Amino acid sequence: MMVPLSHVLTLGAILFSLGVVGIFLNRKNLIVLLMAIELMLLAVNINFVAFSTYHGDAAGQIFVFFILTVAAAESAIGLAILVVLFRKLQSIHVDDLDGLKG
Amino acid sequence: MNLTELSFPTLCFYLCAAITVAAALGVITAKNPVHAVLSLVLAFFSSGMIWLLLQAEFLAISIVLIYIGVVMVLFLFVVMMVDINAARLRDGFWRYLPVGLVVAGVMVAEMALVLNGRYFGLAAVPAPEPAAADFSNVKMLAHLLYTEYAYAFELAALILTVGLIAAVMLTFNKRVGSKRVDPADQVAVKARDRLVMHSIPAEKEPVVEPVTDGSAEVRS
Repeated sequence: MMVPLSHVLTLGAILFSLGVVGIFLNRKNLIVLLMAIELMLLAVNINFVAFSTYHGDAAGQIFVFFILTVAAAESAIGLAILVVLFRKLQSIHVDDLDGLKG
Repeated sequence: MNLTELSFPTLCFYLCAAITVAAALGVITAKNPVHAVLSLVLAFFSSGMIWLLLQAEFLAISIVLIYIGVVMVLFLFVVMMVDINAARLRDGFWRYLPVGLVVAGVMVAEMALVLNGRYFGLAAVPAPEPAAADFSNVKMLAHLLYTEYAYAFELAALILTVGLIAAVMLTFNKRVGSKRVDPADQVAVKARDRLVMHSIPAEKEPVVEPVTDGSAEVRS
């Protein structure tokens, strides 16, 4: 494997930025917002794995394991909230979520 | 870099990286949310391949099993369950595209500037030696998880349980009029709630009296 570490990190940076742009572009669609967050988490995980491999330290991989766990719980709860919201409002449009009058 | 000195794993890395970026672009630009979810599956899968190339085999397998197999399928279920007006959800897409692109471009440029300097190149961080043939990534991670990170591992299990209970409680639909037994009531029941002893005075047997015309008749 002759890929320099910087190229892997750049891939992570591109993925993270794409996640941010996804939040910008799809800020009306709750499901795609959740998916953009998943993309950003994936970018972080790629960075963790890359550093773990290139420095020979397994702690990074352990951390990715925990991130996967927490992200799975997070997306399960997020989707559950989304389903409840849809049942109540018949919509997942972000503009319809003005119940708190914020 | 000369094209002839590209080894096969290097080539695989750049191919998978290109697929990942293209799939991520598909996620954020897809008109149909189902297509977005499927693109996200592709992004996760190809980044799993990159992790395989980076010698993180356990995580590569677990992202395919856990993420694609469970979380993405959950996303797909929810996307298909809710009735989405995709056209209305995309208003403002073109309006926010320029500012989004500017922010992303600046972020990528800044990070690439830092990363592609001399601090993270091959000279500063040499590529790791390929692991020995009998080296087990899973064994190493398991050893760490069950010794050094055992406490955190148990906390992760707790978080998953909390997530499970929260998701069930959020989406649980209480139906009125369903005939079910409350387990708490069942456990809390005492013998005296079930069985009531009454003392009832004994009744007398109806007396059979001989009638004068000869035939026996029961009088109540």
